[in-house]
Amino acid sequence: MMEPVKQKCVLAIASSGGHWVELRRLRPAWKDCQLIYVSTSKSREQELIEEAEKEENPLPIFHAVVEASRWEKFKLLRQLFQITVILLKTRPDVIVSTGAAGGFFALKIGKYFGARTVWVDSIANAEELSLSGQKVADCADLWLTQWEHLAKSNRQGTLRYEGTVV
Amino acid sequence: MMFLTVGNELPFDRLVRAVDQWCGENKQHMVFGQIGPVGVEGYKPAHFEWEEFVSPQVYQEKCNEAELIIAHAGMGSIITALEVSRPIVIMARLAAFKEHRNDHQVATADRFSRRKGVFVAKDEYGLTALLDEQGGRNENVSIEKVEPYAEERLIQTIRDFIVS
Repeated sequence: MMEPVKQKCVLAIASSGGHWVELRRLRPAWKDCQLIYVSTSKSREQELIEEAEKEENPLPIFHAVVEASRWEKFKLLRQLFQITVILLKTRPDVIVSTGAAGGFFALKIGKYFGARTVWVDSIANAEELSLSGQKVADCADLWLTQWEHLAKSNRQGTLRYEGTVV
Repeated sequence: MMFLTVGNELPFDRLVRAVDQWCGENKQHMVFGQIGPVGVEGYKPAHFEWEEFVSPQVYQEKCNEAELIIAHAGMGSIITALEVSRPIVIMARLAAFKEHRNDHQVATADRFSRRKGVFVAKDEYGLTALLDEQGGRNENVSIEKVEPYAEERLIQTIRDFIVS
């Protein structure tokens, strides 16, 4: 059974869109934890408020960061800065991400601050791991794919398959 | 009402144009489209109401109201359709048409084609045929409602890691 883990602080981060939808489906994993959500659209906060009211849970902390794709270097830098500030302020015990760039930054920086890290690569990546998913190999303590045939073990780490978000 | 959505990241003219043409020929059907960043040069539908982007709340409302969802093969669209148990017609973005950086949506479409209520269009012709078939239905396609959570095994693995 699931034991209470109130003492843990979890930061869950994903870009708005499919990554966010996948991340949110994992939420029983951090039930009763102190919780911080980070996404790339401010409008995501509303659904968290509605859900917290409906389920009578405390409202999680929410931070929006700038949306940035891999080609937008300046935006990426801004996103990196924003995430660093959030991590410095909140100091989570565990960071969980489903992608994309923001999740990569959070895991990479979070590691320096002593957080333990989880990467769940999007179910959309059936043929190869996402670029961010490949890059987190050395900083993801729990490194997961949602495609069994992609699971592997190499010098960088063990990419495991433990089921899917849907 | 049918709800067309292509995600927020990129336009998907091939899908939007095909739906627009179909709408022009099937005026009894109402479509609302969220067609992404069309910009100045992108295709702008003439036969249905559309927005480039909608808020997550409007998105959820449209999915709830729609009798059929038409979408790119993006995970957000597919999972949302399954969660609100609406039938969905999907068409994959192809790198050859610069619709995405690679063809990962083909694999996604293939994987979800096995699900009840998920219909995959290989191209615009397939799409039109599926819209004729699904749009013409009087009764709703019955689809099992998908739980709003991931598989227990995945949740437990992450839970165990968090607590440890």
